[in-house]
Amino acid sequence: MNLHEYQARDILRRHGIPVPPGEVATTTDEARAIAARLGPGPVVVKAQVHAGGRGKAGGVKLAANPAEAAAHAAKILGMTIKGFTVHRVLVAPAADIASESYVGIIVDRTSQRPVLMVSAAGGIDIEEVAARTPEKIHRLAVDPRYGLLAHQALGLALKVHRDIAQARATADIMQRLYAAFYAVGASLAEINPLVTTRDGAVAALDAKIVIDDNELDRRPEIAALRDTSAEAPSEVAAREAGLTFIKLDGAVGCCVNGAGLAMATMDLVKYYGGAPANFLDIGGSSNPQKVVSALQIITADASVRAILFNIFGGITRCDDVATGIVQATRAFPLQVPLVIRLTGTNEELAVQILTQAGFPALTDMDEAVKQAVAQAKAA
Amino acid sequence: MSVFIDQQTRLVVQGITGRDGSFHTRQMIGYGTKVVAGVTPGKGGQLFDSVVPVFDTVADAVRETQANTAVIYVPAAVAASAIFEAADAGVPLIVCITEGIAVLDMTRVLPYLHERGARLIGPNCPGLISPARSKVGIIPGNICRPGRVGVVSRSGTLTYEIVHQLSTQGLGQSTCVGIGGDPLIGTNFIHCLSAFQADTETDAVVMIGEIGGTDEQQAADFVQQAMTKPVIGFIAGQTAPPGRRMGHAGAIISGSSGTAAEKMAAFARAGIAVMKRPADVVPLLKERL
Repeated sequence: MNLHEYQARDILRRHGIPVPPGEVATTTDEARAIAARLGPGPVVVKAQVHAGGRGKAGGVKLAANPAEAAAHAAKILGMTIKGFTVHRVLVAPAADIASESYVGIIVDRTSQRPVLMVSAAGGIDIEEVAARTPEKIHRLAVDPRYGLLAHQALGLALKVHRDIAQARATADIMQRLYAAFYAVGASLAEINPLVTTRDGAVAALDAKIVIDDNELDRRPEIAALRDTSAEAPSEVAAREAGLTFIKLDGAVGCCVNGAGLAMATMDLVKYYGGAPANFLDIGGSSNPQKVVSALQIITADASVRAILFNIFGGITRCDDVATGIVQATRAFPLQVPLVIRLTGTNEELAVQILTQAGFPALTDMDEAVKQAVAQAKAA
Repeated sequence: MSVFIDQQTRLVVQGITGRDGSFHTRQMIGYGTKVVAGVTPGKGGQLFDSVVPVFDTVADAVRETQANTAVIYVPAAVAASAIFEAADAGVPLIVCITEGIAVLDMTRVLPYLHERGARLIGPNCPGLISPARSKVGIIPGNICRPGRVGVVSRSGTLTYEIVHQLSTQGLGQSTCVGIGGDPLIGTNFIHCLSAFQADTETDAVVMIGEIGGTDEQQAADFVQQAMTKPVIGFIAGQTAPPGRRMGHAGAIISGSSGTAAEKMAAFARAGIAVMKRPADVVPLLKERL
């Protein structure tokens, strides 16, 4: 789950990291009032969306006074950046920046440890720097049993600061960021840029935190930060129904049990010349209600021209899925053709249930995908 | 021979009285696995299905039954703790089926296992099966046949699909291992490939990967340097968009890294025969056996 910049800044502030003031506005009047409260200097108005490159897209503007802040907010609120509509802006004082750096933490899959990354190149796209000039990023894999030790943090900080006071301040921020990382259950936390101002202070100007979805059940206060307006409505509905759903652009709706088989099914749709409309994993359970929800979510997408079921019954019983399909299509008659492939546990029973209800059932995956692609093209 | 499990496997089931644990315990016993104990705190002293003794702790179970393998079916909230407990009780092989363990919990679990010399398979995996010998986990026994092909995969049902193709076309399996769909796992492709390379009853290996991370790329290097047996590879997620988790916590393209194309190219460079679709597995294997 992605957090917005203002939410990430709040978390950092609560962990004792210096973060300049700033407040969130959802209207132009609020933006004007915040700018007035922040004092006489210029302010920055920043779009709060889950997308990088906000500045380039026109979502970050400098304002000399409250009236200008309101004018910028009027333009930014409601604008679309990389498919996300802006509903909130952060209004913060324009920082007097002397230098910028980058501090981030991820969990590295290869070392299986949290890795701290530091670069003197601030305000950058860390993935781009990592790909092009990896030598500009200093990395340290942290032993999670002991956490980020003081000398390790200072050693890293000295790679980006010559001034010892600034290096110490940066090291302290790194240790606090590491503590915050574990405290909120993050999979990524970055301060980008970490700035030094002309008076020598070090502060986190912009922050990004991504939370591991597996942490949300035990951290209701973090789960409450979810902004469902930033997600496709179909994906919100799917999550509430206990399904994993990702909307794509094609015409073949896919309903599959298991994530790997769901991806392989999408790939096979493409292999046979079609395009998948979605990723959907109905999971291991055979609850017919899940099948009903899945069909509702898939058919809500107007670009779907055919629906493909691909079920490999292991734990999932094919007859349960068949029953779900029959129930769902009785409750919501389908407007698009349905191609069903089931094999494995209770396959014969499933074929019988479907045949009686008038649905042909296939047992071969390639044959089913070919038919679904052909039907989507014919529709 | 087979890899990781065989007839000597003495299994303790953590979460044996739960919905999933009880169902799969019956399936495993039916398949012939020696399930010697179960653990459910508070239910110590009971018998599961009148045959399997239940203990309050894994340590008790190991002491009383000499269990040498643990399988975990407990809910995600307590699954990391169940792994710690099994390792602490001295169990050398721990298979965690549970999906949904926080990655940060795994950063603490893995060094703990390493210090105790325990192997973890998973989490978020279907477990493993050596057809006609032993099964630990949830892979349906009826789709497998004994034979000489090793299978290692990050997925569940996709593995069943490919194993089904093998079995119905006359190619049995020595062992099938599901290593799990999470970003941090205990046993990776290289561990399994190296076990299959050493196994005298395995002639070839099918490796089923997916988008996300670099485990497949590292495995490809290993195949090139250290394997003499033929390897066939598949990568799921060629049509997956970047930046989205495709069901499995570990199946995500970050930036431009971890794509199916990149992994398939690494396979091809290492001399691994690349399947374009699941149905390619048997023809590609037959060419190389």
